[in-house]
Amino acid sequence: MSEFMAMGGHGAYVWGAYAASLLALIIIGAAPLLALRRTVRRLRQRLDEDEA
Amino acid sequence: MAGQSWLLRTYHRSASPRWFFEGSRAWMIGLYVVGALCILVGSTWGLGFVPPERYQGDSFRILFVHVPAASLAQSIYIALAIAGLVYLVWRLKMADMFIQAAAPIGMIVTAAALATGIVWGMPTWGTGWVWDARTVSTLVLLLLFFGLLALRQAIGHPERAALATSLLAVVGVVNIPVIKYSVEWFATLHQPASIEIGERPAIAPIYLWPLACNALGYYCFVAGAILAALRRIIVERESTTAWVRDWLRGRQS
Repeated sequence: MSEFMAMGGHGAYVWGAYAASLLALIIIGAAPLLALRRTVRRLRQRLDEDEA
Repeated sequence: MAGQSWLLRTYHRSASPRWFFEGSRAWMIGLYVVGALCILVGSTWGLGFVPPERYQGDSFRILFVHVPAASLAQSIYIALAIAGLVYLVWRLKMADMFIQAAAPIGMIVTAAALATGIVWGMPTWGTGWVWDARTVSTLVLLLLFFGLLALRQAIGHPERAALATSLLAVVGVVNIPVIKYSVEWFATLHQPASIEIGERPAIAPIYLWPLACNALGYYCFVAGAILAALRRIIVERESTTAWVRDWLRGRQS
């Protein structure tokens, strides 16, 4: 297992690159979904106020 | 309409935000799921189930996240440029919304390509950054994506913003062949492409498969994210229409 983590001495580079990629993918995937939810909630609230 | 092909019909309908919004939810979810699965499989495969490369050892495994990001970044920009052209010619609202949705995502993908490139350069080139054609043209790509965001922010008038960003998207496409051929035209540390359409890949098949799996995953996942961003923009911009109001009423808040 530790041999796998070491990546032949290049562990820091390999895992660093994969961690950076994972972070980018999480931001790319989550940000639009969260923004969609926020927008829907805000518009829904405004609609309720308009109709009240 | 009977003579119209399915493709043409879909093209015409996709100009309608309402039609697009109603049809895109299932696609969005499907692309997210398929994308995430492919990336999970491709990365596990690339990290744990292929032997180290002869010259680079294990650091070559960065290939499986670097190449898909770099390729995708350029594809997103080309898609933006086409959307820009479509907006300039036909003033299609959906084309402008697509640019608004995809630009920030393209920027992060480009940042990921640059970051993984820098980390890969350290052990293999002995330096994270060199000022050569490939790295600088990719940096320009990042700035173009950022420019598209900034331009829209800076121009308050929505139609003028749409026009300006479309124009920038189209003009900026000259950078794409520069990125592509930078490794052939200029002296550079960056290796030339190992995979070209219509040619035998100069990469061993055992490495090609996890790479293809991750590339497919990146494209699908990011397509899903762009759909999600587009859906938000459609709801926002069409919020005064009857159909969005009906849709909002139908949702639990």
